[in-house]
Amino acid sequence: MQLAIIDSGGANIASLRYAIDRLGVASELTTDPEKVRAASHVILPGVGAAADCMGRLQKIPGLVDTIRKLRQPMLGICVGMQLLFESSEEGEVPCLGLLPGRVRRFADRDDLPVPHMGWNQLEFEPGSPLLKDIQPGDHVYFVHSYSAPVSPLTVATATYGEQFSALVQSGNVFGAQFHPERSARIGSLLLRNFLQLQPTH
Amino acid sequence: MLAKRIIPCLDVRDGQVVKGVRFRDHVVVGDILELAQRYRDEGADELVFYDITASPDGRTVDRSWIRRIARILDIPFCVAGGIRSVADAEEVLGEGAEKVSINSPAIADPELINRLSARFGAQCVVIGIDSQTVEGVYQVYQFTGDPNRTRNTARKTLDWVREVQERGAGEIVLNCMASDGVRKGYDIAQLSAVRALCRVPLIASGGAGAKEHFASVFNEAKVDGALAASVFHTGALPIPDLKHYLRETAIEVRP
Repeated sequence: MQLAIIDSGGANIASLRYAIDRLGVASELTTDPEKVRAASHVILPGVGAAADCMGRLQKIPGLVDTIRKLRQPMLGICVGMQLLFESSEEGEVPCLGLLPGRVRRFADRDDLPVPHMGWNQLEFEPGSPLLKDIQPGDHVYFVHSYSAPVSPLTVATATYGEQFSALVQSGNVFGAQFHPERSARIGSLLLRNFLQLQPTH
Repeated sequence: MLAKRIIPCLDVRDGQVVKGVRFRDHVVVGDILELAQRYRDEGADELVFYDITASPDGRTVDRSWIRRIARILDIPFCVAGGIRSVADAEEVLGEGAEKVSINSPAIADPELINRLSARFGAQCVVIGIDSQTVEGVYQVYQFTGDPNRTRNTARKTLDWVREVQERGAGEIVLNCMASDGVRKGYDIAQLSAVRALCRVPLIASGGAGAKEHFASVFNEAKVDGALAASVFHTGALPIPDLKHYLRETAIEVRP
């Protein structure tokens, strides 16, 4: 296995790498399109603003195009997941467009602080390979102000005022709105499940 | 449902966890890595590491321990103390901390909040506020890590809570100084007053001594998380017992 973690400049990269280390898997942090293309599995982490994150990817010649054409399992995390969609309300930025739809901000409500920060429960019908050994109702750690609406690509939801996509899947492309690298045992299971997906070159 | 967070706070001085009463007379309570791992295993939802001497001394935090913590810990943790610039925060976050908490430096340079939020996103930026009642008004204190330098900033706490949110704070930790370390319960009145105008997550700090105190601060002050130190460090209230109790009283917590 060759895991490439795309260096999107986000603040969660160190913790993601340590989480992968704890699984006993080697990873390479890179922005080199060649290395990303050659990897068996790719993770796109992201923290901060979607526009900044997208801007950093676009600065590397060929990287965005490479990501769009990947056939191997790819997992976007947090803002990395949001970038998989067509666009985000955050900065009105066009994203990677690998998944249909638009990421939007949580509705402003007096009783619901934004960001949505903390441990929330996953709701899902079992079936996704990423959710193997994970139970509906298990808690994972979220930190975000924007989210993707529930759609046919949604494989798990969480609820914060409204239901939103906690985990999405379309072919080889996966997205987790929560932070598996900071979600204790459940997060570790999710990363393990992702790394066990068979590469489809 | 979003769970209420239980957050042990580890005050760090010279690489060891210490605890004082009302910010004074610190005694060593244990090794950072050992305590971090123990709290994680017991079900802590998040940890805060607070270098209590960093800000008053005008020196930076010894950050060698952050990476060691990040390697073993699979829950979020926040580092506070001595973070005065975007570069300081970049280093701490780069080592694997989830968030940075800024207190005295934000009072000295409120623009710092804007810069941090623009660079890392609001979710990384926690503003710590030390507050107590002076002549019937909640007021913000600075340099509370050193009793000789602690001073009233003359800022009103409620004004500061508004301002830090406008500047891009992603979370507020309100430490009610009069309750800190004495284990008589959180300052529900003050926390409720802050809650009323706080649109970002609010964490209660100062005063936890019994499981009932946690239930009241969640039910009455509607805070998102409760931070405590001595009640956990002494073993007086094991986290599994606390969470069991909270669940029984219908407060949503992570098992």
